[in-house]
Amino acid sequence: MPIVANFEIEYLQYLGADGRLINDDLPEFAKDRKNILELFKHMLYVRSFDTKAVALQRTGKLGTYASCLGHEATHIGIGSAMQYDDVFAPSYREYGAQFMRGVKPRDVLMYWGGDERGNNFSGPPHDYAWCVPIATQCLHAAGAALSFKLRGEPRVAVSCVGDGGSSKTDTYAAINSAGAYNLPYISCIINNGWAISVPRKSQTGAKTLAQKGLAGGLHCLQVDGNDIIAVRAAMDHALKLARNGHGGSVLEFITYRLSDHTTADDARRYRDDAEVKAAWEREPISRLRTFLINEKLWSETEEAAWKEECGRLVDIEVNAYLETKVQPVEAMFDYLYGDMPADVLAQRADAIAWEKR
Amino acid sequence: MAAITLIEAITQALAYEMKHDESVIVLGEDVGVNGGVFRATAGLQQIFGDQRVLDTPLDETTIAGLTVGLATQGMKPVAEAQFDGFMYPMVDHIVCHAARMRYRTRGRLTCPMVLRVPWGGGIRAPEHHSEANESIFTNVPGLRVVMPSSPQRAYGLLLAAIRDPDPVIFFEPKRIYRQYKEEVPDDGEALPLDVCFVLRDGSDVTLVSWGSQIKETLETADALEKEGISAEVIDVACLKPLDFDTILESVKKTGRCVIVHEAAKTAGFGAEIAARLAEEALYDLQAPVERVTGYDTHIPLFRLEMKYLPSVEKILAAVKRSLSV
Repeated sequence: MPIVANFEIEYLQYLGADGRLINDDLPEFAKDRKNILELFKHMLYVRSFDTKAVALQRTGKLGTYASCLGHEATHIGIGSAMQYDDVFAPSYREYGAQFMRGVKPRDVLMYWGGDERGNNFSGPPHDYAWCVPIATQCLHAAGAALSFKLRGEPRVAVSCVGDGGSSKTDTYAAINSAGAYNLPYISCIINNGWAISVPRKSQTGAKTLAQKGLAGGLHCLQVDGNDIIAVRAAMDHALKLARNGHGGSVLEFITYRLSDHTTADDARRYRDDAEVKAAWEREPISRLRTFLINEKLWSETEEAAWKEECGRLVDIEVNAYLETKVQPVEAMFDYLYGDMPADVLAQRADAIAWEKR
Repeated sequence: MAAITLIEAITQALAYEMKHDESVIVLGEDVGVNGGVFRATAGLQQIFGDQRVLDTPLDETTIAGLTVGLATQGMKPVAEAQFDGFMYPMVDHIVCHAARMRYRTRGRLTCPMVLRVPWGGGIRAPEHHSEANESIFTNVPGLRVVMPSSPQRAYGLLLAAIRDPDPVIFFEPKRIYRQYKEEVPDDGEALPLDVCFVLRDGSDVTLVSWGSQIKETLETADALEKEGISAEVIDVACLKPLDFDTILESVKKTGRCVIVHEAAKTAGFGAEIAARLAEEALYDLQAPVERVTGYDTHIPLFRLEMKYLPSVEKILAAVKRSLSV
């Protein structure tokens, strides 16, 4: 029988888990090693924030929180590659990507601290807020990309979804739309191994998640998501393709959720310690540290000083969050409509009167 | 017999029915190895195996669609929507298919399924985890909509829901999952799916509620009793089809009615009860029907959510308004 189509999925990796380069032919941005160092410092900052956020939850100062432990390279790589005018549609864990776009830790804390103002964050006003309903953000990003195409703007929409979320109807529909309309859209599938308690292997019989883009006609690539050089290179390439009208991409970033799903979860119920221990051997920060120290770009002393600085910067953010007063009762009505209906205004007045009773 | 919580009663009912009916299976996200994010299915996969307790891929459309397929081909699936706010992708399958499978095939195919939904606010949960969305489903012909408010009723109503020949949306008030324990005999005795439960007899005012708000409603009745006011408390429990006769009988006796629910006011299920009272009890009412509900807003994130939810104070104020007429 004649073969009518043929496909293969490539895997991109530069930096091995041991911190040595597997591939010396570094991408453009990495040729100046100081660029890599900058990304490393951001990764340390995110981890510092994340550790603090979990501690705040454990001491009752934050609601349920979704940790990003272990995802630092993927998140920082995605966020650092994007331009301000691009649109980012996160799920609810990609703080590193958002910090690179100007979102502040205090915004993240406000959101998980039960205050809508977190969603009105300091980052680009055209970016989407956190998206707890799984994968719906993928179609919104595809719709955003359609708006760029219709207006002829050189912008790209990027969504993030997990390995679990890659099973969701919306993920496929976004990929399909992007192929059908040739949209400047990148679907980042962040494969961290677990959707709460369900492992990657139970989500699909497909060998890779990257190949989900094949059916939509998108470029597909699997990437070592713990290798910041690979993540950034993959994003740079996909963004360039999309921005120049050469099609959307599905990028599968392989990383690992080193934390529980959220602070409300207890992963010990369903996953082996041995697996987690092995995953720590591949985590993104220590391999990059080894690389940078070997390259004489970084030292233990500099790291200690930077970590202290991160702690100080995070504390400023935490204090800003903790000092934010609870919104008045009428805030629950505000922003419900652009033109507030009289019926709702009457309830708003009732709510205020009740508080003052 | 050990006393158990509402959520343990759910587990007990699932285990009983799975043991006695091989066509009953459980499916949903994290229901297997993890035993459900609220632990409703804890231990079931160990007892019944992974062919009867299935972890699904993370897609609510998948869960709802597979459930319709299973139910129409001789299985009795009990699906879990992990949270109320995650069930909207399921609506297509519930409304266009499950609810009208029997109707549109003139009885050739039927859809005996249960969709369990941890429901409602007040647990300081993240966004989209606190929705009181029952009236979206009470407006759909062909569905049953059930919401227990005690361990015993959870057990008996879930058994009835699984045995029922039609699709049942089974809302579980998560705020009171572990509020208190009571003895629940594991005797397989189902409760009827079409009666309201009179939880407390009274003569001065009828308080009508369901789900988590039964807690505040009963506390209000206690507070009223100290003031010499006798409140009858009705747990609607089976919202659709509605046993209106029980409510009507009570209101004819008391002449006053306060409806309490967590969902937004406009077109909330309280409106249906109030409308029927206007139709059938107008001349028995001594005061306008009062509603104590959520506001017509989204439930706010948790810093403000308790100001959104009905409270004992708000219910008391409504009762006083009613009694002052």
